[in-house]
Amino acid sequence: MTTTITARDVGVTLGDHVVLDGLSIDIASGEWINVIGPNGAGKTTLLRAILGGVGFTGKIEIDGVDTVAHDTMRRARAIAYVPQVPVIPPGMTVIDYLLLGRTPHRGVFSGDSRHDREVVRRVLDRLDLVGFKSRAVRSLSGGERQRVVLGRALVQESSILLLDEPTTALDLGHQQDVLDLVDELRRESGLTVVATLHDLTLAARYGDRIAVMSQGIIAESGPPAQVLTEELIRHHFNANVRVLDDGDGPVIVPVAAKRQPPDTRSSAPRGSSTESSRASSQPSGS
Amino acid sequence: MTDTGEFVVAEDEGLQGSRLTARALVGALTVVVGAVVASLTIGPVDIAPLRVLAELIDRIPGVHLDSGLSTTHAAIVNEIRLPRVVLGLLVGATLSVTGAAYQGAFRNPLADPYLLGIAAGAGLGATIAITSDVGDGAGMLDPIPIVAFAGALVAVVISYAAGHLGGRTTVSLVLAGVAVASFLTAAQTYVLQSNTDVIREVYSWILGRIATSGWSEVALMLPYFVVTCVVVMLYGRALDVLAVGDEEAAALGLNPRRIRTTVVVVSSLGAAAAVAVAGLIGFVGIIVPHTVRLAFGTSHRVLLPLCILLGGAFMVLADLAARTVLEPAELPIGVVTAFLGAPFFVLVLRSSRREVW
Repeated sequence: MTTTITARDVGVTLGDHVVLDGLSIDIASGEWINVIGPNGAGKTTLLRAILGGVGFTGKIEIDGVDTVAHDTMRRARAIAYVPQVPVIPPGMTVIDYLLLGRTPHRGVFSGDSRHDREVVRRVLDRLDLVGFKSRAVRSLSGGERQRVVLGRALVQESSILLLDEPTTALDLGHQQDVLDLVDELRRESGLTVVATLHDLTLAARYGDRIAVMSQGIIAESGPPAQVLTEELIRHHFNANVRVLDDGDGPVIVPVAAKRQPPDTRSSAPRGSSTESSRASSQPSGS
Repeated sequence: MTDTGEFVVAEDEGLQGSRLTARALVGALTVVVGAVVASLTIGPVDIAPLRVLAELIDRIPGVHLDSGLSTTHAAIVNEIRLPRVVLGLLVGATLSVTGAAYQGAFRNPLADPYLLGIAAGAGLGATIAITSDVGDGAGMLDPIPIVAFAGALVAVVISYAAGHLGGRTTVSLVLAGVAVASFLTAAQTYVLQSNTDVIREVYSWILGRIATSGWSEVALMLPYFVVTCVVVMLYGRALDVLAVGDEEAAALGLNPRRIRTTVVVVSSLGAAAAVAVAGLIGFVGIIVPHTVRLAFGTSHRVLLPLCILLGGAFMVLADLAARTVLEPAELPIGVVTAFLGAPFFVLVLRSSRREVW
């Protein structure tokens, strides 16, 4: 598989806080990679750097072209982004919202072409949203709304999909619906998917690879079973878990504090042995 | 304006996005023509509406229609009432469309055309012009609008520069506007306190009026009206994209800051010109856009053209009330816009089930 996103030694400083600290990663075309990590590890910032929404040092290439050289329209044709908390304008209908996704293709000074409407029609059909097309997006339920937001990203017809916590506001059934849908779409059209996820079991079930972010770098990267071990999770998340295997991949079960053996938590304080994790930070895909 | 409630927004046929329907456009134009004819008809001398309409049609180049009006009545319509009505249309349309544009650009329902200190700057300019008594001689161009316009532009430039220093964010720009407005208002109060003899004249300017001496105010206003309307409408779709916030708009390929700057600068020019010729007419820039949103939806491609038409009609009707209610005295038009506008808006708010902010 060819590489579509290459990040080399990417650094982002917000205020005087170093968020990304020399991060490197390669993401293959058609791959689904889930980026996990504790709060504040820089997951969203990584997505924003790829998107060009934040200034960074180092280099990020999309399909071999430095993103700094892209104009914003061209980048928007290459990458679609679903933010963690999308802004839904009041009163905007599903049709109008989906048509926003055509902006990178037609600019803002010309009207919607027949082709634009055809793309929207396909996405409406594909995501079972035809019945909602004239409804206000805000009036929809959480699950329907997330489908609409995903729909706008699909209308962009880009080959890379960045999803920031796409399941946060959803119940378990709708979490599965959305991720199953992303998986089907990826298989149908060869999308590259980069998602941040908090739920480690979900992250293990969907996608090909897991990248663990810690202290502004990719600390671990590999297939779920290799990355999601009790020890690594304790180390990076300062969490006490049991990792089971149901035959379909790792299942991460939290262990309540009262059942812990007396000294496991204190043995792995947050942020310890950073140097050793940085040493193993070379991405496996490179 | 009062019959906006009659139009129902047409369902999107198939997969069309929001757009201005022929029905809404014809309805709004009817309201405009109705307001214009009423305003030309009613006054100290009543003139038959049909004859006024005939006189108007007669003015269209290439069309000849005998209105049957006496020379005196024709002069009242053409030379006294018509310039005033046209100025009302231009001022109302400009304040409404710039209000809608500011609200879209700042994503703030309370943004009005005076946000960046335009009112205070124009107020200071007008006060200086009135107190220094410049060019009051007959035959000269009235200096008040010109100095007020200059004051408004200076205020916007300072607000922009100060907001730029403050980190180039939307919030810093708005805060800079507040600071500049306070400063200029204080300066105006100082000038006024040192010249208490002109308080009455300045006060009447502050409350706004659509008064004309021939077509000179219309000529001053017209170019700004045209530029503002054309540019703002051109950016309607961009403002719709901006509604999802700067980060997502950038992810859709736009440069939100550049769009906001263009829209705000052009709108400020239009609003400054409106203030210069008509004084501070509050309320219109907020109430007309919100009424149109509640009745027709939030898409700027629909909102902006309807604000131009209905804002103009609203101002003409408000001016009609301003000059007839206490006849022969005139009420300040700012008083009328608030008196008519506020209860009407509450009615619209009550009857609408739309969520617009």
